Amino acid sequence: MNVPTRGFHGRRRVDDQKLPPGQYLTRDFPVLSAGPTPAVAHETWEFSIISESGALHVWTWRDLTALPADDVTVDLHCVTRWSKLATPWQGVSLDTLLEPVETAADHALITSYGGYTTNLPLADLRGGQAWLAYRYDGEPLAAEHGGPVRLLVPHLYLWKSAKWVRRIELGDTDAPGFWETLGYHNYGDPWREQRYDGD
Amino acid sequence: MPTGWAPAILSAARQETATARTLQLSIADWPGHLAGQHLDVRLTAEDGYRAERSYSIASAPGGPVELTVQAVDDGEVSPFLVHDLAVGDTVEVRGPLGGWFVWRPTQLEPVLLVAGGSGLVPLMAMLRAHRQATASTPMRLLYSVRTPDDVLYRDELADAVLFHTRRAPEAGRPPRRLGAADLAQYGFPVDDRPTCYLCGPTAFVEHTAGLLVELGHAPARIRTERFG
Repeated sequence: MNVPTRGFHGRRRVDDQKLPPGQYLTRDFPVLSAGPTPAVAHETWEFSIISESGALHVWTWRDLTALPADDVTVDLHCVTRWSKLATPWQGVSLDTLLEPVETAADHALITSYGGYTTNLPLADLRGGQAWLAYRYDGEPLAAEHGGPVRLLVPHLYLWKSAKWVRRIELGDTDAPGFWETLGYHNYGDPWREQRYDGD
Repeated sequence: MPTGWAPAILSAARQETATARTLQLSIADWPGHLAGQHLDVRLTAEDGYRAERSYSIASAPGGPVELTVQAVDDGEVSPFLVHDLAVGDTVEVRGPLGGWFVWRPTQLEPVLLVAGGSGLVPLMAMLRAHRQATASTPMRLLYSVRTPDDVLYRDELADAVLFHTRRAPEAGRPPRRLGAADLAQYGFPVDDRPTCYLCGPTAFVEHTAGLLVELGHAPARIRTERFG
């Protein structure tokens, strides 16, 4: 269906061709969270990966920041329709973090400080596609944007890039997360406009 | 959740302030909504160019769907909806959307609504739904707004507590921000275990959510929605 609205012309932009369908460009950095921003101190922050066999791998802030970090510049696409292009992050690739983890699992469930959850295929965390990010635009990552450490998976809608990341559980079965059980798409590819369940 | 896009005809409109307008939409086969949900609106130009945005539903479930749109300076869609869309014109909508920032009449706990600016819109849907419902669980609204000229739904806010941040009515308190003491005085005691719904600009929501947590409210009972 394609019903024109009388008198609407809109405002095309040069950058529009870099935008997935239905998105618009923003220059500031909107914040979307379902609840209060949790206060997480660097000293007590811990991140763990739990494999399907129950094997536990834990990193402290000191462990994480001692690992080799990537500087990446990526586009962000939020399901609420804003996109922000060329955002500079620093963080550790999930390839590095998954290296010591013995797993044949297909699914990953992310849990944040504050209780937020989101799920994605483990394959989407590999291959230079995902990071634990702790610096944004040259500064320590602000709490409202997920600091001290957030997941960054920029090829999926931004709700998959869990703020205040705490744990990744690997498993053989898919367990839908917070928004995924509230009607949003299970995978969330912005280029296929997978916003809602059934898209 | 939503099926595809559906045409929506502007059946009525009223100006709320100089820059905010309520749009009543006639949508065929509307499935009904919950208070607090939003809609995606799509505008298509004659040459096929499209722009899409999300807007909160202001009306209570059961009646006609109404959105209140605040014209954003330099915006692409909102100034068109506020100033140009005429009664009888067609847009497309998708929804209702969102299943977290909602209030259901079956909720029995006290409810605190805290609005900043046009963040009042989804909270107004909750307040209206609450007034329709027979349940008598208490619901209170604290509304932070820049000046008296910016107040939305003025006639329905007799029981609300207003905080003017830039310019206050001459008879009222001087302008000030909503603080922890206000949340303690006009909200509910922590022991009443209220659910708190906060909506407004990011800085307002961050600040207010932080104050509620400091007062002892459980983060799990504080639901937030932000814009900007």
